[in-house]
Amino acid sequence: MSVSWIKDADEALEKAKAENKPLLVDFSAAPS
Amino acid sequence: MPLHVHVKENPKNFRRFDAFWTPTILVLDPDGKERSRLEGYLPKDEFQAYLEMGLARIDLARKAWAEAERRYAAVAADHPDSVYAPQAVYFRGVSKYSQSHDHHDLTRTAAELAERYPNTEWRTRSLPWDSD
Repeated sequence: MSVSWIKDADEALEKAKAENKPLLVDFSAAPS
Repeated sequence: MPLHVHVKENPKNFRRFDAFWTPTILVLDPDGKERSRLEGYLPKDEFQAYLEMGLARIDLARKAWAEAERRYAAVAADHPDSVYAPQAVYFRGVSKYSQSHDHHDLTRTAAELAERYPNTEWRTRSLPWDSD
């Protein structure tokens, strides 16, 4: 199963709030 | 909602979220408040338990006790050998007690931790709940 990662933090925070969903943040040195 | 932050592509977000190591995983609530942080690697089963613990923590923080109890119970049942299982048992008890206000819920939780996870931090934390 692939994950559609969001790359923009502000966009992710806004979407999480608008959709009332938790946010998983992955800080990595590997490509997504 | 998954957000990926690459150390070289977006170093300012490392600073923004106080991340200084990779991998680092955060679970934020819908308001963007950090509820869980993992620094370092976990194998798949442990990582799944970690994520479920993060969601349970969100429920706990918003005092959704029944939902939190259900999530912690699921971690304890589905990942009994996980490093997170004793913590899940502990907070399952906290969630249950927060609904019932019956101290026996805490006593039973302490007894379960003593039996199943005797040499853990969470058993130690439950010592004040022991029955006389």
